[in-house]
Amino acid sequence: MSGAVLLHAAGVGKRFGGFIALEAVDITLRPGERLGLIGPNGSGKSTFVNCISGDFAQHEGKVTLGGHALEGLKPHRRARLGLARTFQLPQPFASLSVLENVRVPLLFGADPAQATRRAMECLEQVEMAGKAEKLPRELTQVEQRRLELARAIALDPRLLIADEAMAGLSHAEIDQILALLLRLNAAGTAVIMIEHIMRAVTEFAERLVVFVAGRKIADGVPREVLAMQEVEDAYLGRQ
Amino acid sequence: MSATTLTRAAIAAPPRHAVFWLGAIGLGVALLVILRAIGNDYGYFAGYFILQYVVLASAWNILGGYAGYVNFGAAGFMAAGAYTAIALRKATGLDLMPGILAGAVVAGLLGLGTGYLTLRLRGVFFSIATLCLAVVLQTLVVNWDYVGGSRGAYIVNPMEIPPFVSWGEYMFVVMLVLAIGTVGIARALEHSRIGAGLAAIRDNERAAEAVGVPTLRLKLIATTLCGALMGVAGAPLPYYSGYLNPDAAFSLSYAVNAIAMPLIGGAGTWAGPVIGAVLLGTLQQAATVTISSALNLWIVGWMLVVFVALFPRGIMGWFRRRR
Repeated sequence: MSGAVLLHAAGVGKRFGGFIALEAVDITLRPGERLGLIGPNGSGKSTFVNCISGDFAQHEGKVTLGGHALEGLKPHRRARLGLARTFQLPQPFASLSVLENVRVPLLFGADPAQATRRAMECLEQVEMAGKAEKLPRELTQVEQRRLELARAIALDPRLLIADEAMAGLSHAEIDQILALLLRLNAAGTAVIMIEHIMRAVTEFAERLVVFVAGRKIADGVPREVLAMQEVEDAYLGRQ
Repeated sequence: MSATTLTRAAIAAPPRHAVFWLGAIGLGVALLVILRAIGNDYGYFAGYFILQYVVLASAWNILGGYAGYVNFGAAGFMAAGAYTAIALRKATGLDLMPGILAGAVVAGLLGLGTGYLTLRLRGVFFSIATLCLAVVLQTLVVNWDYVGGSRGAYIVNPMEIPPFVSWGEYMFVVMLVLAIGTVGIARALEHSRIGAGLAAIRDNERAAEAVGVPTLRLKLIATTLCGALMGVAGAPLPYYSGYLNPDAAFSLSYAVNAIAMPLIGGAGTWAGPVIGAVLLGTLQQAATVTISSALNLWIVGWMLVVFVALFPRGIMGWFRRRR
């Protein structure tokens, strides 16, 4: 495999009983690339993410991150290899303060002694330093999204998977999260954005992959992919 | 607000270990002096009873309070410690101190094994599995003649044990040291990165794993430590009473109190189980002396109802703004 490949998923398949959620999906991602992953509900986007992050074990196919085979690795080991993710619904540690939330990944990282200092830096990156002492329940929706991003940044990720990080946000809040993701990407982190908000995807992604019914049906430049008849059929229904 | 001030407000205060240890030892010595001044052996008995629950509740809190895994099998782990001490005494003649050590090791290994077998279970399923463990252990002990089976086992204690004025005082001091040690371990764990990891597991295990927390390893540490300390609570029991049978060792009251005391005091904090054990233990002793020991579980039940309704995060939660 080429040294310029960060993530390589080859022939990934996942079944739930008799239901095929993913079928022979191939995706390759370069370091620092911005990939948009779209598809109708139930198309397998989150299943793919869960296979990559280790929440699910795929039934077939191989996945490597930076040349490391991910098979058999628990999610925490994958996180230490530089794979960070956010969740569709923010999943903060409810009893811990914002700062403590961000300290958790750092305490189990390479330099636990610097965890508090680094956590404050991560919070500053997402403009949340002023909320360090708050509990997650005291945060607004967009602040909870920022907290998730700060926790992901604390892993010093090579790849961030943002799973519907803008769901439920206002127009202005979407712009804020987009700006954060672009800043993170500019610092060298590759990002896979899973999103239903097409404006956000087209503004962010330099490449677009479309899933339908567990299969990848398109992979290319956003403008060209969105113009494909098959993609339009998947979203709007066949005429 | 400056970044430094914010940082101080946002994370738990750094532990002052020296202050804690000096305070705990000072309190222990003061307690001993007071009980000796009173000169009544019942004081030692009541003190032993309460301190035993301090150990048991603190041990339960490590898995149940810090990691959020509710263990209904406290009596099983405690009895494992007690019967290990009996078996060791019978096999080798070694007495209390090696018995406590062996009880901790055996109950700790039992905790580790239970963890491996059950930690894929969550919520009520994990709790039922731990309850089953206690039932299985009791069945084993009842049918194990070497440690007395259903008849029970006797341990003859020495009449004198200088410099202590009585066997009761000696046992009280032993349990006092064990309680201080257990609370110290629980407190150190709470303020360590393991404690932070366990709190993350309690709040959201999937998210904890996703941010690099080795959840299985931490849970195994918690089950092992929880089991070992429950074994420590149980190992002196046959030496204290001089006789132990399976009904007493696997008593329901241990399992219920081990859960109720941290919940009432405030689970997830090292001080909560101590407060809960002292409060409930004292009330139970008062009821035993004035009315009947049959009221003990009745008291626990009512206290739980009151606290769940009015102070669901326990006494510590009521006092603290967060956690």
